[in-house]
Amino acid sequence: MEAIIPVKNGQSVKKYSHVLVRFQSLIALFILCVAISLLSDKFLTVTNTWNVMRQISVNICISVGMTLVVLTAGIDLSVGSVLALCGAITAGLLKNGIEIPSNNLFIGFTLLGAIVAGLLIGALLGLFNGWAITRWKVPPFVATLAMLTIARGFTMLWTGGYPISSLGSGFDYIGTGWLLGIPVPVWISGIVVAAAIVLTKKTRLGRYVYAIGGNEQAAKLSGIRINKIKMAVYTTAGALAAIGGIMVTSRLDSAQPNAGITYELDAIAAVVIGGTSLSGGRGSILGTVLGAVIIGVLNNGLVLLNVSPFWQQVVKGGVILLAVIIDKANTKTE
Amino acid sequence: MLKVENITKRFSGITALDGVCMELHPGKVNAIIGENGAGKSTLMKILSGVYPDYEGTIFFKGGPVSFSNPREAQDKGIAIIHQELNLIPYLTITENIFLGREIINRWGLLDKRQMRQQAQALLNRLKLAVDANAVVADLKVGQQQVVEIAKALLVESDVIIMDEPTSAISEKEVAVLFGIISDLKAEGKTIVYISHKLDELFKIADRFIVLRDGRSIESGDMKGMGHDAIIQKMVGREVKVISRREERKETAPLLSAKDISLRHPVRKDENLLKNISFQVARGEILGIFGLMGAGRTELLETLFGLHPKAASGTVYMEGRKVPVQSPADAIRAGMALVPEDRKRHGLVLGMDVEKNISITTLKELEGAGLLNQNKEKALADKYIRELQIKTPSCKQAARNLSGGNQQKIVLAKWLATKPRLLMLDEPTRGIDIHAKNEIYKLILQLAEAGLGIIMVSSELPEILAVSDRVLVLAEGVLTAEIPIRLATEDTVLKAAIPKTS
Repeated sequence: MEAIIPVKNGQSVKKYSHVLVRFQSLIALFILCVAISLLSDKFLTVTNTWNVMRQISVNICISVGMTLVVLTAGIDLSVGSVLALCGAITAGLLKNGIEIPSNNLFIGFTLLGAIVAGLLIGALLGLFNGWAITRWKVPPFVATLAMLTIARGFTMLWTGGYPISSLGSGFDYIGTGWLLGIPVPVWISGIVVAAAIVLTKKTRLGRYVYAIGGNEQAAKLSGIRINKIKMAVYTTAGALAAIGGIMVTSRLDSAQPNAGITYELDAIAAVVIGGTSLSGGRGSILGTVLGAVIIGVLNNGLVLLNVSPFWQQVVKGGVILLAVIIDKANTKTE
Repeated sequence: MLKVENITKRFSGITALDGVCMELHPGKVNAIIGENGAGKSTLMKILSGVYPDYEGTIFFKGGPVSFSNPREAQDKGIAIIHQELNLIPYLTITENIFLGREIINRWGLLDKRQMRQQAQALLNRLKLAVDANAVVADLKVGQQQVVEIAKALLVESDVIIMDEPTSAISEKEVAVLFGIISDLKAEGKTIVYISHKLDELFKIADRFIVLRDGRSIESGDMKGMGHDAIIQKMVGREVKVISRREERKETAPLLSAKDISLRHPVRKDENLLKNISFQVARGEILGIFGLMGAGRTELLETLFGLHPKAASGTVYMEGRKVPVQSPADAIRAGMALVPEDRKRHGLVLGMDVEKNISITTLKELEGAGLLNQNKEKALADKYIRELQIKTPSCKQAARNLSGGNQQKIVLAKWLATKPRLLMLDEPTRGIDIHAKNEIYKLILQLAEAGLGIIMVSSELPEILAVSDRVLVLAEGVLTAEIPIRLATEDTVLKAAIPKTS
């Protein structure tokens, strides 16, 4: 009986601190919002609120993929480049189609066809990451770092270094349109988040993701096909980066060859601020969403307050560090 | 000169050493003798400062001493050569030998030449013909062991503890080591020597101290002791004969393994398992015994598909050949493995009890692609009840439970797969006596219910109490197959001790 009593206490402490952690980030967000709205009357307006949400939808999509990867104790540094390449491919196919001069062949793409092609490329690049990591045991950091460069290179090759702009009517709806009074990007990221929550909480795949991150050896011995799961996770991360790329391209009505640079860092920041452990096995999609919102609000607030972009970076870095230190302090008490 | 009195050491409630008293004689080789788990290594780790918290007193050079870390013990004159190699693979021999004791020149920089000379001198003394600037990773395991010995000799020590120093070295190197031990003896040093190889002890030891179940049993002069007398002292306890159930009727084999071999992961020309063939029947409990390094765990891992590339041989389940290339294949064939190290291999410690239990059978808990949380909870509750897992709730993290209850979770997750063959690797390691008995009862019940069971254990009484038949491994070779009515601690241990040819 002795052994059970401290366990019970431990659990109540843990439950309490767990609630506190969530609460803490929410409090932080609340204080942040109050502070900014006191300093700027442009912050708490309907326009600005939708604006912020529209801006963070891209990061939310990428961060959701990143969360899955990080939960398996991996990392994906390639998402920014993959985002740029997929956006450029969708834009290029939409505008120019594919011409094969030797056969005098021209393939035109419908809106849907171009989008699907972009998504497929994203998934494929993610799959390649997963393949390198599982088949050749390349550390995720290195494999995706290589992909960061490779995908950026292909983006430059595909675009020739110039933006692909004026993509025709209809396409801009994805990035700038409204549906039932809510911006379309917010719908998209909302659906992604909802699907990811179901995936992590309610499916076998999600459970395996947590198990692999928590103890890969034990997961393997339990008969889980580790490699398959990891490939699925990196493929998902690639596809979600592609969704982000299509949203960015649509909003600007232009695919920029240098789009998405350092987006992977924003995604990692959201994941980390959201309380997901970089060593895997612990964390949640909702936490990441909260992290992305905090970063988004902070960015928006600093712009509204006319803080120099240089200082913005310093502040953002400080917030990331602070969030992790608080998280570490909390897990230590468990 | 070195004396310990009433040393007791507990690991989270389990007593590893229980009031050990012993006296080590200077100028002699003092052999510590005992079975696996008798407490030899724990005692040595206390003497050398690895475990600073224990009860009891160590007297050294006339007064009581206590060490808070290995460095302190070394500085006072107690050096240890650990059983596991503690070298840093990508540093050179010199850098390893001088790690933490680097010689600094007057500019505050490393005095490489000085260190190299001293290291080379040590290697020469140990007759290891290798450049002291060679990188340790490039050495053979035996040579690495010699470097480990050199490391201990660098500092002038009065007491040198050698924990299985010959487990990886060749006979020629053993001869050199014994020569050095004689020299050290002549210098009046105290040598503490631990080895499973009894023949070695007869050659080199002057005195013996027997440990059994964490207690010091007897000590005396090695002279005049015979092989059998030593084994008798190691085993010691009155042999419990548990006639646990009626003689089993012979049935067709459930598992039949033929010519199982396993290549060494690094030394490709060496085999960890050598052509092992055996069978297990439905309802039978097959005990597998062996000393450290005998290949017990490797055998189970190989059967379970964990070494698809390095293993050879064939496995039949109920007469049908099953190609086992991964744990998933093994599970499909009806096997389950409860691994030796439940924290590293058995559980996801951060996950709750329920999720740990359901992890092997999630597929069956799905409805419309989603996990059915009610079914999952029902499954967990069922096993918590049946196996009497003591946990405040099924949402408790596995990390917070006691060893015995953790082991039951691992058992539960495997029983959920409805296996036909259950493999248990050290199923009662590190759990208290009460939980042990519960596990034994479970194993017997499962066998009654018709499961074939393979139980690997390094605890002889456990093997003898539970098994129907005992296989003995020594250095990867199946050395004996003994029906339980003929198995005694004596016969089994004799078969398990490697013969130095």
